[in-house]
Amino acid sequence: MASLIAGGVDCDVHPAVPHLTSLLPYLNDYWRDQVTTRGMVDLVSQSYPKNSPIVARPDWRPETGKPGESLEDMQRHVLDPFQLKHAICNPIYGVQMVFSEDMQAAFCRALNEWLAREWLDRDSRLRGSIVIPTESVEKSVAEIERCAEDKRFVQVLMLVMGDTPLGKRALWPIYEAAERLDLPVGIHAGSAYHNPPTAVGWGSYHIEDYVGQAQAFQTQLTSLIVEGVFAKYPRLKMVMLESGVSWISPYLWRLHKFWRGVRMETPWVDRAPLDIVRSNIRFSLQPFDAPPDEATLIRLFDHMQSDELVLFSTDYPHWQFDGQDALPEGLTPDLVRKIMIDNPHATYPRLK
Amino acid sequence: MNIQFRESQEAASPLTTKTAIADCDIHPARATRTELYPYLAKRWQHHLEVYGVHAYQGMMEGPPYPKAQPNASRRDAYPPEGGPQGSSLSFMQKQLLDPNNVQLGVLNPLNTGQGIRNHELSAALCSAINDWQIDKWTSKDKRLKASIVVGNEDGLSAAAEIRERAGDKNFVQVLLLSRNVEPLGQRRYWPIYQAAEEAGLPVGVHAFGFGGNPITPSGWPSYYIEEMVGHSQCQQSALASLVLEGVFERFPKLKMVMIEAGFGWAPSLAWRLDKVWQRLRSEVPHVKRPPSEYIREQVWWTTQPMEDPERREDLFDVIKWIGWDRLLFATDYPHWDYDEPSRVLPAGVSEADRDAFYLGNAKTLYGIA
Repeated sequence: MASLIAGGVDCDVHPAVPHLTSLLPYLNDYWRDQVTTRGMVDLVSQSYPKNSPIVARPDWRPETGKPGESLEDMQRHVLDPFQLKHAICNPIYGVQMVFSEDMQAAFCRALNEWLAREWLDRDSRLRGSIVIPTESVEKSVAEIERCAEDKRFVQVLMLVMGDTPLGKRALWPIYEAAERLDLPVGIHAGSAYHNPPTAVGWGSYHIEDYVGQAQAFQTQLTSLIVEGVFAKYPRLKMVMLESGVSWISPYLWRLHKFWRGVRMETPWVDRAPLDIVRSNIRFSLQPFDAPPDEATLIRLFDHMQSDELVLFSTDYPHWQFDGQDALPEGLTPDLVRKIMIDNPHATYPRLK
Repeated sequence: MNIQFRESQEAASPLTTKTAIADCDIHPARATRTELYPYLAKRWQHHLEVYGVHAYQGMMEGPPYPKAQPNASRRDAYPPEGGPQGSSLSFMQKQLLDPNNVQLGVLNPLNTGQGIRNHELSAALCSAINDWQIDKWTSKDKRLKASIVVGNEDGLSAAAEIRERAGDKNFVQVLLLSRNVEPLGQRRYWPIYQAAEEAGLPVGVHAFGFGGNPITPSGWPSYYIEEMVGHSQCQQSALASLVLEGVFERFPKLKMVMIEAGFGWAPSLAWRLDKVWQRLRSEVPHVKRPPSEYIREQVWWTTQPMEDPERREDLFDVIKWIGWDRLLFATDYPHWDYDEPSRVLPAGVSEADRDAFYLGNAKTLYGIA
């Protein structure tokens, strides 16, 4: 087992909003009234049903409430035992499912305020991601600019399955703001369910949705690369969160082949997709979706031809590994250091 | 691929093109718009003239994303007598079958009766294309074998078409496309799997198709390249659905072929399915074994378009994880992203693996002596 080292950065932990009413203190009178008068219920995405085994490790599951809603638990389960210097909080509360841009903007603002007051203020190791109301690009940019004043926000957070492919030009002001403010854009697993959760329609099962996250990440990488996001914003980093990693190389081999075949269609993509990924895209470690044998792991990392792509994560409180075994078998000490410390710091300038 | 993209090629494969091969993905085309009419009732001829096919996509003619080349096909594949690429048997023989010594060529007609909203029309067109495959192709060249094209959205009529053709040696598989109204594991498609299993025919799932779903789970993208690359994600989701709905458990003798969607993603998908299944198997108790076992036992893969790593030997890791016994060589003739048989495998592959890859696996799967 590769040994964990102290001072690492956990790039994907999930503090849970206990209930929509937990956001009431951070909403204005109008939205507080909307929530209560209309009897709005908790915004839980079916991407993460509370009692699903994958949503909380058995020993990380609280007796009551949602997994991940207690700071003390997070401290006891990951921040202390993994000797983390920082952990980046990625709330995956269901605000992206809302269709009204006004309501979404109010809820995102409240969610970001809630994160700052109830988590970042209470543990100096924690850093935050800015959840944005993607139904409105203008309001998203405003929320990024508002939150960016607080240097503890280190990233912008979007879902991998939203309304449109992420490379679409209409979204580019978000990327302009992120690059300008030294904020990578984290793309997290999950769907707003505004589109079928697979490209071949609605499946039957929760497990199917979860397996399908990997295919969603693949289509988003294609979109981001071929639309030219990184030609326009070369300093922008994007981090695929809870994406899986074993698909990366074969996926890129295919994209690379077709790019060579039809690059006349997108002439602004003036660098090979493989090179764009190496310079601009990063992936969180968990869920590590390869068999637990060292030989396979060595081949997979060799296929990537880079030791800079992967960032340490526990995906707390999701059940991706047991005990302290967050690092798969076979990583060299050098690679562990890159994954746990060097790569996250190179990706997130605001961690300095 | 008919575009030169490498300045320095590795040493050419020692394979001479005289070695017999199977080509498991050939696309025969109609020479004229009305070539199927002799196989269609007058009612449907009239219907097509007045209303068109009314597919699960908006264009009356042509694809939603314009292809990179006319008919997505090689510019050098137009038959001398006229007509679109792939529409002439004699030119296909001259350009593909003879020079490459194709011993077995599997026909996968596209733009047929699949992906059409009127399911009666769909069934009529599929039956017509099956008759046409015999008349125009397989009866005239014994190297060629046809696929039973079925009306994909109506499982019962599709099963009837399979049963009607069962035992006809012109046909070696049932053909579906990856993109349908629902993921392919859904119950509406089970009569197809049941009939195919009974007939002892593999079900080929070719990339493409129309089912009305955006080709990404976050909506419609902008470019043809996104659709092209996206076919592998569609195929992954379709295969995940087949596994998780229990199709392979329910039809243990069913064999499926993933056609033209790549294979590099297969190990990763199988690992991911296994890992998540360990956690969530209580939701799918009908999936009794690790998903990778069903995939390893019941799924084959055509090779084209071969993934193309910078270091080509990296692909051998992936092939080893899948199994050399599960790959079926294919060119995709006459499409533009054709894989040239003499170039796809560099030196260093054992003779046994090479033989299996080019011919043996296909003969075994399709029951060709």
